[in-house]
Amino acid sequence: MEVNEALVEKLSRLSALSFTKEEKMHIQDDLQKMILFVEKLNELNTDGVEPQLHITDAENVFRDDIAGKMISNEAALENAPNPMPPYFTATKAIQKPVPEN
Amino acid sequence: MKCEKEPYEAVIGLEIHARLATNTKLFCGDYNRFGDTPNSLISEISLAHPGTLPFLNKKAVSFAVKMGIACHCDITDTTYFARKNYFYPDLPKGYQVTQHISPICKNGYVPIRIENEIKDIFLNRIHLEEDAGKSLHDLDDKFSCLDFNRAGTPLIEIVTEPVLHSAEEAYQFLSEIRRLVKWLDICDGNMEEGSLRCDANISIRPKGSKKLGVKVEVKNLNSLRFVKKAIQVEINRLIELAKKNQQIIQETRSYDATSNTTFPMRDKESADDYRYFPEPDLPPVKINEGFFSDLKKSMPELPSQKEKRYCNEYKLPLLDAERLCAEKQVACYFDEAVKYSTNYKALANLITGPLMQYLHEQKSDFSNPVLPANKLEEIVQLIDENKINFSIAASKLLPFLMTHQNEDVLVAATREGWLQINDTDELEKWIQMVLDRMPDKVKQYQQGKKGLIGLMMGEVKKISKGKADPVITIKLLEEKLTKSN
Repeated sequence: MEVNEALVEKLSRLSALSFTKEEKMHIQDDLQKMILFVEKLNELNTDGVEPQLHITDAENVFRDDIAGKMISNEAALENAPNPMPPYFTATKAIQKPVPEN
Repeated sequence: MKCEKEPYEAVIGLEIHARLATNTKLFCGDYNRFGDTPNSLISEISLAHPGTLPFLNKKAVSFAVKMGIACHCDITDTTYFARKNYFYPDLPKGYQVTQHISPICKNGYVPIRIENEIKDIFLNRIHLEEDAGKSLHDLDDKFSCLDFNRAGTPLIEIVTEPVLHSAEEAYQFLSEIRRLVKWLDICDGNMEEGSLRCDANISIRPKGSKKLGVKVEVKNLNSLRFVKKAIQVEINRLIELAKKNQQIIQETRSYDATSNTTFPMRDKESADDYRYFPEPDLPPVKINEGFFSDLKKSMPELPSQKEKRYCNEYKLPLLDAERLCAEKQVACYFDEAVKYSTNYKALANLITGPLMQYLHEQKSDFSNPVLPANKLEEIVQLIDENKINFSIAASKLLPFLMTHQNEDVLVAATREGWLQINDTDELEKWIQMVLDRMPDKVKQYQQGKKGLIGLMMGEVKKISKGKADPVITIKLLEEKLTKSN
């Protein structure tokens, strides 16, 4: 699999991160190396092998529907940037769309 | 409906999210409640602090399986969770824990009634997932405000196959899902509070074609009425585009109720690349035989089965059966009442008519204790024996008993003077008064206009304030009219 500029562009958009040109080149190079490393696995024949979705033998680890310890609003907002109690805030992600016509 | 005459057919698939009525969230012990102070039902887990791990709520799993059983689904033996990655401020972890390749329920169907025919609506899947927090974009100019009380609350997503073909079908299906989740006590079904949300995938194709057209997703359908209107409006829009040979583009649109139109959502994240992968922090869930059969045993009789039984066993008209089964508490009350009386139709009439109306006026419902079912039977008996007429029983006796539950029915009706008068002397007095008032009508009757007896009967009823026993009155009226001829 080839890691090209377009892929790095797409990944940075999906993760909402922005990079300089130099950083992008560096990331592209790094990712390509990682992928090549993992692609080594393709040399194995995995026909008939069930995909493994979980690595431990544990199953059915449940809790009962009983309330547990929560944290206070003050404690929750303590380390948050720009809190507007009782809210957390974030830069506006969307503008309200304007109806057509 | 408009598209009936059109050369196009609409194809609709629905995705319905139902918030499960558990006490706590899906993966932690925060309360799962609507309407609390923002960010008061949160913990390190729902805020995705580093080093925290999810811990699955067993009740949410049982609720999902119950819905699966009710919808005739295949229940998956071993079901896994997956991470759906996307970046949005109200999603603290940067991914939503959901299910991808192994949803807890697969396939299945839900029967709905369309123009008096039963149609099975096929499901693709029902899966479990956590909800995101809530973003409020209007509180501040620069920032979006975030409330994480909802983050991590348990949802099931019910996904249909693209098998619905009109706004009406979609509406009926959603109504049936709402009735089912409420019936099973797994979701309160409140659309205004977002406990039940619906997105619709809509496309059109030439009638008879098997190929699916380009689909448009309409979001934010937060009431039953809006679902119907929005889907109809979108179908119309697509058909107009097709008629003008304009291209339909795949997009996500939102419904604006004020203008009754849909408009495109400018969604930068619409690049649908969620990079699903198995959630390593949650071990698989095995639905073993014991767990499944316990749930199966706990299933109530479903509303559609109840309707069928009421029609077959009690010979009730479908409309009555449907009204009784609209809500579980009403049906349960009726089930209680039939233990005391076999006059099923009269019981149904009293419950679906005056009793419902009374409760509605009192802003109450059947979830509160209503009239003991044996009292209802006594009212039915008085009606059956012609001791009281239906409208007095409905408008006077029933409301009276609602607030005087310990009173004996017959004693109360007698004391309040609501029983029918079958004393001939009294009745004849009233009849004479009526006949004296309308000599011309009497003449016309005697000349053959026999239908006028209904009018006279009505007058006697009026004078007697509904207390004249109709059977005896009509006999006396006929005698009198013939005699004076």
